[in-house]
Amino acid sequence: MTQFDPTLALLGGALIGLASSLLMLLLGRIAGISGILAGCFDGVGRDKGWRIAFIAGLIAPPLIGSAAGFRLLPPQMPASWMLIAVAGLLVGFGTRLGGGCTSGHGVCGIARLSTRSIAATMIFMITAMIVVAIMRHGVGG
Amino acid sequence: MGWGARVVSTAIASFICGLIFGFGLLISGMTDPVKVLGFLDILGPWDPTLGFVMVGALAVSAAGFAVAKRRGAPVLASQCLWPARRSVDASLVAGSILFGIGWGLVGLCPGPAIENLATLSPRVVLFVVAMALGMMLQEAWQRLARAARPPVGAAIAEAVDG
Repeated sequence: MTQFDPTLALLGGALIGLASSLLMLLLGRIAGISGILAGCFDGVGRDKGWRIAFIAGLIAPPLIGSAAGFRLLPPQMPASWMLIAVAGLLVGFGTRLGGGCTSGHGVCGIARLSTRSIAATMIFMITAMIVVAIMRHGVGG
Repeated sequence: MGWGARVVSTAIASFICGLIFGFGLLISGMTDPVKVLGFLDILGPWDPTLGFVMVGALAVSAAGFAVAKRRGAPVLASQCLWPARRSVDASLVAGSILFGIGWGLVGLCPGPAIENLATLSPRVVLFVVAMALGMMLQEAWQRLARAARPPVGAAIAEAVDG
């Protein structure tokens, strides 16, 4: 297990909450990353500028950290390219079918006490926990 | 504010929101799939980080959204686009299950996946390309379904949660 730092976790979470609040207060939009990304290629010409700007902002922090001297390490990913591709397809298709992901449902939706988002978050979290249990511990497999 | 100034200030505001969001994910460790999978692995040495991140995010966004609701209109747009759908339907359940499978397999959800593009890791690039393809497939599939069976009234109005 990597080190657990509750202060950084809470502080980082607070920044995510701040960003979600500001996006609603300034642009009137929900900070759902899957929705923001999907809207970049749904064919409608208008309404793309803010989405692209948000995504550019999202990619910037590791680059800023790297410029400030922190090491930029690629994340640990599965060895199988096929597994990565399948997982990516499932995340893309599933988040659009379900109307949101960890940010749109898990943060913004639960903060609004939306029944849909509370249900979605419980479902994707429990599903992911079952998948990890099967992959790592062979439960049921 | 003129049209040009509105477009520029909207883009800058949105960029800053993305930046703050990205720093939140980065300092909390949520860009690291190992930590995310550590939370999802309830049978292993459990890492509670993701839970603490959600508590911090929910506390601040609940307060921020309460202010946004009281204010009414946002600063740079004509209205707040709050999600309109209410019912837990089959799409929500099926979509969340599919997303949960993909998330559990790799430990990346859309935000951290996009942010990790900064590392130029070929595996992350593949994941994000596949994710974008999955989104386009869902969009195309939904369009076909819509053409086959036109939905009634306001059911198709701005129906996105996030």
